[in-house]
Amino acid sequence: MSHEKRTFEFYVLAASFALFVLFLYGPLSAILILSFQGENGGLTFPLNGVSLHWFANLFERQAVGDFGGSFKRSFILGLMVMIVTVIVSLLAGLAFRQKFRGATALFYLAVASLVVPSIVISLGIGVVFQQVGFRPAWYTSAFGAHLTWTLPFGVLIMFAVFNRFSPAYEEAARDLGATSWQTFAHVVLPMIAPSLIGVGLFGFTLSYDEFARTLMTSGTFNTLPLEIYGMTTNVTTPVLYALGTVTTVFSFLVILLTLGAIVYVGRRRARI
Amino acid sequence: MTVALEQSTHIASAKPARGRRLSISALVPYLQATPLALILGAFLLLPILMIAVVSFWDYDFAAMYPDFLTTNYADTLGSWVTWKTYLNTLKYAAIVWALTLLIGFWVAYFLAFHIRTIAMQMVLFLVCTVPFLTSNIIRMISWIPVLGRNGLVNSTLMQMGLIPKPIEWLLYSEFAVVLAMVHLYTLFMVTPIFNTLMRIDKSLIEAARDAGASGWQVLWNVIIPLAKPGMAIGTIFVVTLVMADFSTVQVMSGGQSASVALMMKNQMSLLQYPAAAANAVVLLVLVLLMVAGILRIVDIRKEL
Repeated sequence: MSHEKRTFEFYVLAASFALFVLFLYGPLSAILILSFQGENGGLTFPLNGVSLHWFANLFERQAVGDFGGSFKRSFILGLMVMIVTVIVSLLAGLAFRQKFRGATALFYLAVASLVVPSIVISLGIGVVFQQVGFRPAWYTSAFGAHLTWTLPFGVLIMFAVFNRFSPAYEEAARDLGATSWQTFAHVVLPMIAPSLIGVGLFGFTLSYDEFARTLMTSGTFNTLPLEIYGMTTNVTTPVLYALGTVTTVFSFLVILLTLGAIVYVGRRRARI
Repeated sequence: MTVALEQSTHIASAKPARGRRLSISALVPYLQATPLALILGAFLLLPILMIAVVSFWDYDFAAMYPDFLTTNYADTLGSWVTWKTYLNTLKYAAIVWALTLLIGFWVAYFLAFHIRTIAMQMVLFLVCTVPFLTSNIIRMISWIPVLGRNGLVNSTLMQMGLIPKPIEWLLYSEFAVVLAMVHLYTLFMVTPIFNTLMRIDKSLIEAARDAGASGWQVLWNVIIPLAKPGMAIGTIFVVTLVMADFSTVQVMSGGQSASVALMMKNQMSLLQYPAAAANAVVLLVLVLLMVAGILRIVDIRKEL
């Protein structure tokens, strides 16, 4: 509300908001600091010197299991999930703009995918693979399991985007003689590109951090979150924090890159 | 002249194509929807059907045997432990729901009505969103140095002389579970509520003010009723996430508390898949009933 003067309510809420942000970031920064713990330091403050010891420790295979391998698997899986999520959500979003038989059922199936407990999906896919005789692996069963989590987000976002999308632009393009493919490629796609990048970000990060759905479906080799989860029970040194810092910094980089891409696409569109 | 000619041929050639394209264009949405339907069919519907089937099977320590037994359900529903675990999970869901709704509403309200520029709103909203895009497990672990026996909270309170010895129930307790869940899931409440609040026509609020409503009356009689769909969607997210949670309960309670999903996970690690499947069916029915109840209040398709 555009009052001229800030009200008392504003200051109370602003202070609460600041507390909320502190609540979100405080603990995260604690492990960020503690990952630089000295060699003889423990899991809690105070810092016993400052060192990169635990980061070095991270890359010794025997200390923390297979960090490099699990990171590589999670990264590739994240990319696979991202690409499929973007394409399938976009197609589904386009489909939902028209009326077709089963549209409502498919929509609620996507919503159901969001609300079905993750461990149920994990168990179900695990059992299906076992009965069919396929070996579960991170690039088959876990890939499918992740899609049940990322696709509903992508579909709902595309649904919202197309709800606000005026058909006038397409009509104008068609009146000017554009084919339906030209209309899509030169009019629709550039307009929804920022949302698609957002869907891609969701797809990648949700998969990269997914844990419950991977539990029964990853097969022989662990993804990164599984590796970290295993560490919470048997690692009692700050190497755990070092791993946390590395993966969090990586997530931040991915988010920054995506935001950069969205801004870039937006600017380019503004110039045209 | 040539332009006119081209246009007329264009129209002439477009006419018959229209007729042909109509039959094809009726197929287009089906083709576009097929990948989604196939993926959800293979990795959502089929596994759930399989779970329902397996829940009637027999098993021993080595394998499962196709059968039609109701013992898995009888064992699950007849056990006092199961009921206690369900009650405990529902208790977590209720507490976390109430807290995230309270925090989520005020955060969204602050962003939507007190921040004056769209740019600033988006920046602050992103600040809230970024932690959600990082690993849940890391965010859980990050409470250890804060809440632990020698953690930040305890050592600060001891230095201030407020407590003689460390508080034991900060970490590895039900308190820690609730705190971590609120930490992990509040954003699921903030986002949909923020979305509905941003769509409220500001002239409604001005009209209420002009009609003499006080700030609280505007909030209670105008804003909150209009924010209900957002709250409902947030509730669906938070409730289903808490009902499905096992990792937060396991890590943050240090094994001292239970949830339905954690019980399932333990059965799965003992290879008691049919027992876990029976549990899964019960949990799934419960969650879907809760969601169906909430969906009676709100039409999701209208809110997107």
